[in-house]
Amino acid sequence: MKRLRYHIAVFFSVIGPGFITAVVDNDAGGIFTYSQAGARFGYLPLWTLVPITLLLIVTQEMCSRMGAVTGKGLSDLIREEFGLRPTFLMMAALVAANLTNVAANFAGLASSLELFHVSRYITVPLAALAVWFLVVKGTYRGVEKVFLFACSLYVCYIISGILVKPDWKEAAIYSVRPVLMLDPAYITMIIGMVGTSVAPWMQFYLQAAVVEKGVTAKEYAESRIEVIVGCIVMSVIAFFIIVACAGAIWSAGPRDIRGATDAALGLKPFGEYAYLLFCAGLLNASFFAACILPLSTSYTVCEGLGFESGVNRSFREAPIFYWLFTLLIVVGAGVILIPGFPLVGMILLSQVINGVLLPFVLILMILIVNKPRVMKEWTNSWIYNLAGWTAVVVMIGLTLSLVSISIRDLVERR
Amino acid sequence: MTPDTTLYLTELIGLKVFDLKRRVIGRIKDAALVPVVHPARVDRFLVGGGWSWLTFRYDQVDSIGLDGIQLRDEQLTPYHADEYMLRLVRDLLDQQIIDAHGRKVVRVTDVTFEIQPRDGRGELYVVEVDVGLRSMFRRLFQGALPRRLIRRLQRPIPVNSIRWEFVDILEADPQRRLRLNITHKLLQDIHPADLADIVEELSPDDREAIFESIPSEVAADALSEVEPEIQASILESLEADKAADILEEMAPDEAADALAELPDETSAGILHEMEQEPQTEVTELLEFREDTAGGMMNTEYLVLSPSSSVADAIETLRSNEELLEGLNTIYLVGPEGKLEGAVPLARLFVVPHSTPLRELSPPHVISVEISQKDDKVTELFDKYNLLSLPVVDDHGRLEGVITADDVISVLRQD
Repeated sequence: MKRLRYHIAVFFSVIGPGFITAVVDNDAGGIFTYSQAGARFGYLPLWTLVPITLLLIVTQEMCSRMGAVTGKGLSDLIREEFGLRPTFLMMAALVAANLTNVAANFAGLASSLELFHVSRYITVPLAALAVWFLVVKGTYRGVEKVFLFACSLYVCYIISGILVKPDWKEAAIYSVRPVLMLDPAYITMIIGMVGTSVAPWMQFYLQAAVVEKGVTAKEYAESRIEVIVGCIVMSVIAFFIIVACAGAIWSAGPRDIRGATDAALGLKPFGEYAYLLFCAGLLNASFFAACILPLSTSYTVCEGLGFESGVNRSFREAPIFYWLFTLLIVVGAGVILIPGFPLVGMILLSQVINGVLLPFVLILMILIVNKPRVMKEWTNSWIYNLAGWTAVVVMIGLTLSLVSISIRDLVERR
Repeated sequence: MTPDTTLYLTELIGLKVFDLKRRVIGRIKDAALVPVVHPARVDRFLVGGGWSWLTFRYDQVDSIGLDGIQLRDEQLTPYHADEYMLRLVRDLLDQQIIDAHGRKVVRVTDVTFEIQPRDGRGELYVVEVDVGLRSMFRRLFQGALPRRLIRRLQRPIPVNSIRWEFVDILEADPQRRLRLNITHKLLQDIHPADLADIVEELSPDDREAIFESIPSEVAADALSEVEPEIQASILESLEADKAADILEEMAPDEAADALAELPDETSAGILHEMEQEPQTEVTELLEFREDTAGGMMNTEYLVLSPSSSVADAIETLRSNEELLEGLNTIYLVGPEGKLEGAVPLARLFVVPHSTPLRELSPPHVISVEISQKDDKVTELFDKYNLLSLPVVDDHGRLEGVITADDVISVLRQD
């Protein structure tokens, strides 16, 4: 009994990194993808959530293990094991990809508030300032509490999913019955769902957060549970988003939606609350991701390239860290305010860069996690390597397909 | 302008090696110091050719320059891994080191050598390790642009280097530390608070390595300044007897706080290894709850009887030299250990030596009961502008003293 209580205490002391990472994965882009899946195909895509969760768990677990065992960030390890040039290229791509991600999330924030007739010229600058102050003036622990609170707000989606009164029997059946169709739009949608579920920044963020939290190899068992729970929670939220859109939009008539706010409007006939909660969820998710992405990017880049980093340092001590952080927010928020800025084009571009970067990150990760010199007795077992490589290959295959789709869309838009 | 006698490691790598007939034998792959022989001279050069590596010694070199290395003795020997070698590319480049002069942890991007003529030969000495933008620029473009052009282009970028004598290399393996002559002597001159900041940034293995090899007193001073969670992980990683040595050197209240963070079995193991006297003091302090006066106080203070004179007091001070730093009050206790007075140290200097201490004490001494909560203690400090506060049990007997630094730690935690 005492041991059990000890384990529960340790679990709560390590809670944070895995949870936050997995939940932030449902950012503005993720919400749009899931809404689109539900609006267009109803309950059919639900089955993909199980394999997605498994893939996510396998990749995330390796990162948190590396963090706990080595006490070093992923960019640190890549630099130490593979040198400056690969690290530099990777960091440059990461900045580019995350800049577009930041912009996409400020766009999500702006559009969710525009439903309430608040102009983006007011909301976006205010949100940018809020993000900057929250992260720069807060301590790591304080910020983490705010983030965990933001995680809990995702419950909005669960409630709005229930309010829509979807067909639960259908939802239950299709959660376990895989449906494959040779419909190009369906295949594109599945690829999109998997492709957005693992992003390069998540690996860096998770590992850095595990290190920052001071999780040791001894506490790792609890940390692993936390990662798994986080991934499952992420899928549950995705489930309710799909179900809400399936119940509200698809059942009235399958159609494509133009944005996450479009999905929210589709929920309106099912009551003001379902609509409001869906909007609130989008607002929360966008703001949350707009906080974490610039922070995690500047951390990762400065660590990998050997610049001083961290919000516990002053501007003078860590100039590059703060400049990069500020720049990501200012540029990311700024482009949203440019009239006629090709935002959708940029989101597609961000998917391309993410997709190109991901294979390199995953392959380097799995190479490092197998080095006994780095990981001691915590390297992958052969069976785990089999699962790991399978996950990596599947991820890479699907992401590259998403890249080609995105490139096609980009070209078509011209 | 980079002088001709300078050579960078990035330039050395890939440099052509010429035999006596000026034919190219191969290209440099790595260079190694043998620190037990000479701390800065490049002792061995590694040449790559096909799958195997060959080496030559520093005294086989005729001249070194940007155009290549001319040998005077072309007898190359096969490379066998040698544990006495510090290989610059493998062991230093891209790794973290401690800059003992700037008191921070940095990552090495390049190494600067000086070419020095000796007996008509050219020898290579490490003068600095380079961090920062200039070395990064040099490294990113090495191989892509000619060496001399890079030297010209890098000129406007400010230099950021650490002199070799201030470089403290991190090595987790104790055997190798010995063979590479790594003593961490440089760290002993760093202020304990700065050293604490440095170790907080390192990985757990490197922290352990440092605390294993520096003297217990230095380790104790630094450990007192480290954050509680990291303190715990350091103590857990050390052998129990080494941990006990360090704790003995710490103030008993701080040692008790550090032990309180550990799991029961570990702290019992460490206590068991401690000397009798500090052990009892620490064990007594461990009894009190951390958030009470008892948990905050320490048991290192000076007591005298109210009837003793100033001369006695000065004599006592002389024989307790280790307490002098940070001491500001002498306490007066009656026959049963009852607190009867407190004499501020400075008062001793302005009265005749024969004055009884009783006359120097204020009529009413402010004290706190041992089970009082910590917020009550901070309130007293604030209200009466105290530097130290005696702690008494329910019979008024003196049990310990809380000093201002203990209060500051509590306030900082909130």
